[in-house]
Amino acid sequence: MFGFALRRVLSALPVALIAVTACFFILRLAPGGPFDGERALPPQTLANLRAHYNLDQPLISQYFIYIGRLLQGDFGPSMVYNDFTVSQMLWIGLPFTLMLGFTAFIIGTVVGLIAGAISAVNQNKWPDYLLVMLVMIGLVVPNFLIGSILQLVFGVYLGWLPAGGWQNGSIVHLVLPVAVLVLPHAGRTARLMRGSMIEVLGTNYVRTARSQGLGTRLILARHAIKPALLPVVSYLGPGLSYLLTGSLVVEQIFALPGIGKYFISAALNRDYGLVLGTTILYMFIILAVNLVVDLLYAWLDPKVRLR
Amino acid sequence: MKFAQTLRAVSVASAMALLMSSAASAVTLNMMNGSEPGSLDPHKASGDWENRIIGDYIEGLMAEDANADAIPGQAESYTVSEDGLVYTFKLRDGIQWSDGEPVTAEDFVFAFQRLFNPATASEYAYLQFPIKNGSELAEGALTDFNELGVKALDDKTVEITLEGPTPYFLQALTHYTAYPIPKHVVDKVGDAWTAPENIVGNGPYKITEWVPGSYVKSVKSETYYDAANVQIDEVNYFVQDDLAAALARYRAGEYDILVDIPADQAEWIKTNLPGQDFFAPFLGVYYYVINQEKAPFDNAEVRKAMSMAINRDVIGPDVLGTGELPAYGWVPEGTANYEGVEPYQPEWIGLSYEERVAQAKAIMEGLGYNASNPLPVQLKYNTNDNHQRVAVAISSMWEQIGIKTELFNSETAVHYDALRAGDFQVGRAGWLLDYSDPSNTLELLTTGIMQDGQMNWGNNYGRYSNPEFDALVKSAAAESDLAVRAKMLGDAEKIAMDETGAIPIYWYIAQNVVTPSITGFVNNAKDIHRTRWLTKAE
Repeated sequence: MFGFALRRVLSALPVALIAVTACFFILRLAPGGPFDGERALPPQTLANLRAHYNLDQPLISQYFIYIGRLLQGDFGPSMVYNDFTVSQMLWIGLPFTLMLGFTAFIIGTVVGLIAGAISAVNQNKWPDYLLVMLVMIGLVVPNFLIGSILQLVFGVYLGWLPAGGWQNGSIVHLVLPVAVLVLPHAGRTARLMRGSMIEVLGTNYVRTARSQGLGTRLILARHAIKPALLPVVSYLGPGLSYLLTGSLVVEQIFALPGIGKYFISAALNRDYGLVLGTTILYMFIILAVNLVVDLLYAWLDPKVRLR
Repeated sequence: MKFAQTLRAVSVASAMALLMSSAASAVTLNMMNGSEPGSLDPHKASGDWENRIIGDYIEGLMAEDANADAIPGQAESYTVSEDGLVYTFKLRDGIQWSDGEPVTAEDFVFAFQRLFNPATASEYAYLQFPIKNGSELAEGALTDFNELGVKALDDKTVEITLEGPTPYFLQALTHYTAYPIPKHVVDKVGDAWTAPENIVGNGPYKITEWVPGSYVKSVKSETYYDAANVQIDEVNYFVQDDLAAALARYRAGEYDILVDIPADQAEWIKTNLPGQDFFAPFLGVYYYVINQEKAPFDNAEVRKAMSMAINRDVIGPDVLGTGELPAYGWVPEGTANYEGVEPYQPEWIGLSYEERVAQAKAIMEGLGYNASNPLPVQLKYNTNDNHQRVAVAISSMWEQIGIKTELFNSETAVHYDALRAGDFQVGRAGWLLDYSDPSNTLELLTTGIMQDGQMNWGNNYGRYSNPEFDALVKSAAAESDLAVRAKMLGDAEKIAMDETGAIPIYWYIAQNVVTPSITGFVNNAKDIHRTRWLTKAE
């Protein structure tokens, strides 16, 4: 298992280098630069700024300077957030993004699995219809709309929860943003679980178990849940990646200090260092999550061999 | 055992209650402040969202009152030489940084030298270029910082010598680029002096916390010379880019002040939050630039027809709904140092809109453009709901005079890159005045300068050029008689606007929303509202 993990990590390195290289050059080729704001800067000021960030050097030199720094664990300076290095920004934003994403992931996965299983067991009965309807709402309504509605209902009209922010680190500030992230994730998980469970419940070995007089709960616990989980587990990797990297809209609406917010503003402001830093971090998260899911998959299904 | 546990729990609860009650007794201002501050270093900041924070924790020789007029700040008094070139400031007694160190004249000299140092790469250093040798040092033409026109005559006296008479200079000193920085801290930690653990200021507040992406917190500074009159104990400047969410949080009571509103909510706010809308004109012009290097836009008649066909009376009240005032001239009304100059009005101002359209149509038909042979125009704007609304409205107005408009939007960086490169026909732009003086807008239309064999047009995106206009603006810069200077600049404005050097559309409007518990918030032309003038009823 350890050897497999190590091989996966090593094989990911060239992929990461290609991605960083592509991102570096695509960014530089995009029109507009970090100092193209509403006001034209005096030429000397612009030259001073470009020299300060090595932008006056040939592109290829800039690339090697960047890679050289990266190998030493230095993501370089932010061109917009002058008081912070990119590493500092990521160090501040990452814990929050991870907390938000993992909380939503755990709640969404548990809720989705239970809802999907209940739906499958009660196929074509009212609990199934009700859950399918809720799942559809969670899937099709965009999160910025759900976020705004929750803000208005629970923040403005009822006044039960903060409508945004993360002041004092109070956990109540997480309730609404987590709810917005949970809904689509729980919806997708429930839909997969329902389909998979219906399939498993229709298999011969489950029918045999029923004919032997085993109760539904026992059948579910012993024979149905584990195999039904396989397609769900395949989704959990991308699902978690999505929650960790896709929380930018939620961070924006609820004014939360995660890296998604930095990513948006960095991309709009052509803050080259911060865009690359967040991209590399996202890439690392996706690779790590996929690795964990592969290991989990092998544990659930012994037929899968880790090579 | 149980008793001991209970006792501990009670003690902890009591301590927490005590802490909470002391926190509750502090008067806290919660402000939605827009974007994330890029820097709290006055030499590296560039936006109004940074200005709100920096202006609360550092104070310059001059400061702003509630009306944003310049008043003595760290300077107790000043004198100006007869030729208007030498300003001498006497610092107040006992002024201190928030760590208790005295603020000295040397802190100001150090700050100005750092501002103009090319290594600092300060984006806004040019605002202080009226100071003798400031631009030469920033450009590297001079390297001896002793030649800068800022001297410490002694610990309490700062002398500033200018390149030429500059009537707005006292106001320019209220800008954060002119603020002192704590030499004793910068000497120790360098550029990291604005890190929360190092930062000190000399203003009414001191920064205590900065959570990027969330908020900056400051608390009242007891070392500030006027601390006794500062009413609000704490300020939270919240990062909030999503304006709809900002309004929801304001309604939920989480913000006391909004500094911007969602594009379509102005009417709702006026109706449902009466007395809380502080919408007022401030010094800024929203305009379209026309690329005068490209035919047929090099023809002043075409530009005039395009300007005439724009019904400015409906843009502010109806298209945007916020009530922006129509702009026909280039210098906003209320700009200082412009006394005696009547607001510019084009010769067609007396015509009804229908008559203007008829005249504009006749001009275009005379040049061969009509409904069946329209002039194709690409209108570029940076992505924003308001810019889009204005562009859509104006394109339909132009259609009446034989112009077929293609709308083209892009991100801000891409948009301005295209404008600077001259890669446009008509483009949206805007200018908020850095200081209240007509030169600040008029200089946008001066001819570019040759650099390294290429013409650098600076902010004159439309490449408008008229030697007579340039000469008047240049002469005014050397004129110390304010009335004569204003007349010269007024004449220059008339030349540029008569030739439609650009198309002004409306004067900007500040869109603040302020909760009724806040008093002291005054609409003003600079849209600057320092916290020290505000009070909050709990």
